Amino acid sequence: MEELKWKYELSTKKDKSIKSFFMQWEWLLVVILILIITFNSSISGNFFTVNTFLTAPMSFMDKAFMVLPMTFILLLGMIDISVGSIVALSAVMMGLAFQSGAPMWLAIVTSLFTGVICGFLNGLLNTKFSELPPMILTFATQTIFRGFSYVLLENNSISGFPTWYTNLGWGSVAGIPIIMLVFIVVAILFTAVLHKTVFGREIYAIGFNKRTSIISGVKVNRNIIIVFTLMGLMAAVTSLFLTSRMSSVRADIGMGYELEVIAMVVLGGVNTSGGIGRILGPIISVFIIGFLRYGLGIANVSSQTITLIIGVLLIVSVLVTRIKIKNKKI
Amino acid sequence: MSENILKKNRYKNLTKNMNVKEIGLLVFMIIAMIYIQMKNPQFLTGTNITDLLKNTSLLGMLSVGMMLVMLTGGIDLSIGAVLALSGMSAARFVSIYPDLPVVFSLLLGMMIGIVTGLILGLLVSKGRINPTIASLGMMNVHRGLTYVVGNNAWISAHQMTPAFKSLSTGSLFGLNNLILFSITTFAIFYYFLQYAKTGRNIYAVGSNYEATSITGIATNRTIVTAYVLNGLIAGLAGVLWVSKYASAQGDTGVGYEMSVIAACVLGGVSVRGGVGKISSLILGVLMLGILNNALPLLNISTFWEDFITGFIILVAILLNLYIQKRQKKDALKRRAI
Amino acid sequence: MKKTLYFLAATAVLLAGCTNSGSEGETGSTDDVKSFGFVYKNTGNPFGEKLMEGFINSIEEQGYTAITKAPDSPTAEQQINMIQELVAQGVDGIAISANDPDALQPALNAARDQGIQIISIDSAVNTESRNTHIQQADPVGIGRVLAESALDMADGAGEIAILSATSTATNQNTWIEEMQNVMDSDEKYADLKIVKIAYGDDLRDKSTSETEALLQSYPDLKVIVAPSTVALAAAAKVVTDKGIGDNVKVTGLGLPSEMAEYIESDVTPYMYLWNPIDMGYLAGYTLAEMADGNISGELGDTFDAGDLGTKEVTEAMDGGTEVLLGEPFKFDAENIDQWKDIF
Repeated sequence: MEELKWKYELSTKKDKSIKSFFMQWEWLLVVILILIITFNSSISGNFFTVNTFLTAPMSFMDKAFMVLPMTFILLLGMIDISVGSIVALSAVMMGLAFQSGAPMWLAIVTSLFTGVICGFLNGLLNTKFSELPPMILTFATQTIFRGFSYVLLENNSISGFPTWYTNLGWGSVAGIPIIMLVFIVVAILFTAVLHKTVFGREIYAIGFNKRTSIISGVKVNRNIIIVFTLMGLMAAVTSLFLTSRMSSVRADIGMGYELEVIAMVVLGGVNTSGGIGRILGPIISVFIIGFLRYGLGIANVSSQTITLIIGVLLIVSVLVTRIKIKNKKI
Repeated sequence: MSENILKKNRYKNLTKNMNVKEIGLLVFMIIAMIYIQMKNPQFLTGTNITDLLKNTSLLGMLSVGMMLVMLTGGIDLSIGAVLALSGMSAARFVSIYPDLPVVFSLLLGMMIGIVTGLILGLLVSKGRINPTIASLGMMNVHRGLTYVVGNNAWISAHQMTPAFKSLSTGSLFGLNNLILFSITTFAIFYYFLQYAKTGRNIYAVGSNYEATSITGIATNRTIVTAYVLNGLIAGLAGVLWVSKYASAQGDTGVGYEMSVIAACVLGGVSVRGGVGKISSLILGVLMLGILNNALPLLNISTFWEDFITGFIILVAILLNLYIQKRQKKDALKRRAI
Repeated sequence: MKKTLYFLAATAVLLAGCTNSGSEGETGSTDDVKSFGFVYKNTGNPFGEKLMEGFINSIEEQGYTAITKAPDSPTAEQQINMIQELVAQGVDGIAISANDPDALQPALNAARDQGIQIISIDSAVNTESRNTHIQQADPVGIGRVLAESALDMADGAGEIAILSATSTATNQNTWIEEMQNVMDSDEKYADLKIVKIAYGDDLRDKSTSETEALLQSYPDLKVIVAPSTVALAAAAKVVTDKGIGDNVKVTGLGLPSEMAEYIESDVTPYMYLWNPIDMGYLAGYTLAEMADGNISGELGDTFDAGDLGTKEVTEAMDGGTEVLLGEPFKFDAENIDQWKDIF
């Protein structure tokens, strides 16, 4: 069942009142973030410290890199559930390169290259076989990529990476975690591409109405391939930071990441049928879910309860989006 | 006179079962079975086939439920968690009240399935939430509840009554109970989808939601029905699962939804909705069952299993697509005449 | 606008609700009292629950606070986050059963840099990440009892198979390797052959189908050795259902609660394990002693471990140090009744 596309984005007269500015989904997310921080501080004395805000992000920022291109993919009206496996495969390739004597920088390049290839493959499949839903195609590639990781590395692990590499995930510059700095740069890039370039507008167009975009001369297939390739690249970046934090590589890392990333994007207000949403929302929801997890963890809430809460949060937030849109006058 | 024509068309439907798509899958399966048999003659033996069928029964039942949901254009990622929740509840129930007839635990499992299906169905239809997101959220909720029900412990074989365990090990008319359950499920839903009004409505809603709502069919109710039936089956399967393995754990069935979806996809069910038949679903389920059964028999290194399975699924769906396209072309050609 | 307020209210209620229901694993904290953390491999695991129980007992016995955590999926990534959380909570020591021996090293070392004592238990981390390791039983000893049980149940000769957990599980792989070493080095095993090592991934359904495949492919199989409780219970169930319990025996390492039924039916004449409550208890004392500065986990350290008496730090197989709990404990038809409800 395709969700009926909400037409309010197309209205030429933009509602510029103060009220509607603050009624946007992103502000709601900010409010939720503040709520969560307040709540966490109240249940645990250890939360509201400088330490928390500087080191806690290290634990959830690795997935944040994937949230950015996943936003693009969802805006296209598509989905990619193979990203966790791409994380694993790029990590494995990096490890193997390192193990066979390549210098670390070359191993890093190998990882990025693997991510690009996997993403490119996904893009090719999804454009050549566009009748098949992306859910199914990426489901197949998910199994294949993960399977290939196991074929390559079996049950072994690779470690012994140079200390400077481990510092990537654990270190800070002037107090700010390196991973946060890199993320800010990448996030700015993605935001600029999405909201300031023609490419970005084309993404929205394709997601909103693919047929029309094709007819208008938008190179739909080329754009889809680019987006999926970017996704693969970012998955490789995630794997770099992840393996840096663990200082080791295995074939079974990154399991379940895809669903978490998609949840963050959806929480950020991006509609899964495409065409609606901005990149700021998912970025904020990275922090929401990250701090929520961390804060509850410090307060010794059990991990099942945390997962349960996140599940409910996800549903309630999407529910509210629906109700809000329903009530809005077109 | 017109009744006779209607009857004839119905009969045609039944015999038209085998179209090119299914024949393709069937041929693929036969070739695979011959290959496996050559590599390990223990494959086509009575015991192995029975084991295969028993192990695939639960997958088969769950696939029917998933197919109902997929026919409406939705998906249910929470099916593994529902399985765990209903299984854990039934096991707990049996361990606390061992003297009550076993049928009560079955009913409890089905009730839990119905409730979860109802919630999900409402979220998707009335709440207009994307099924992927809704079922993802509910999956987390049900999984958490499973741990709560189980009190963070496992329920082991010695806490279950023999009657409970024989739910899955017992047999009737010489056929194992699980196989009977799955055959019954396939049969019931074959008729449901083919001849019942709600069944046909499910196809309608999945093929063209807007058109269906205009024609006065209660779309929301149809969607909810699909999810409730899916939940019912999952609840039942959960009890049978726990009985079969004589164990209920908090992480039972984690990731199992992917196997179910794979079976549906192999069986020709479209994620977009509106396309899918019980007959090809059975083939898809069997194909996956054969894979799961044969890979250990073939002494393939464990580390290749995932890769091979993924590859086969990819080939199967691409092949399916190719055949579908050819069919469309042929149909168009015929129309032009 | 109204709906947004409802939503905010709902969120607030939800979060408030979880304070009451969610705060588990922390036992009355005060800032001046030492606290110790325990991280297990995953939630809902009865073995892990008992480890935590023993740990909490010993920590509280000494007047300190215990914090326990377990990730909902058995990944190293989640354990890293939990270690960071414990550091932020200001613990004095952490005992961890690892999902990966190497991946936790940076996280654990960062903790040690802050003066936190680190020990591993059950599933070890590498020697650089820990002060010492709480070892349930000597791996060579475990390998030996597995080999001996197999030999005994096969009546001296025949085909046996091994059904393990995941292919990456360090514990199981070590024990299997030791078992094979014992078999290779002693003549009496000359006629006993391991035909296959299968992996059930600690999943019931996979372990079941792997067992069925073993029985199909090797009709003369006499014994299945399963060094993991899920695999052991699944294999025993398959043998029971097929009614071949007289010809095929199943043994290995398993929880008495899981295996009670099969020990009573003699499908599993006997099996081995160790007491997780005692293990956790030992870990608690070891950590506390380290935090007090009495021992540092070096070779030769001795300390008082409450009810378990005096314990000594010995050399471990991987080059580091360990504290041995004792010998593997045999569960058979005579004692299974008293243990099946304990763990």
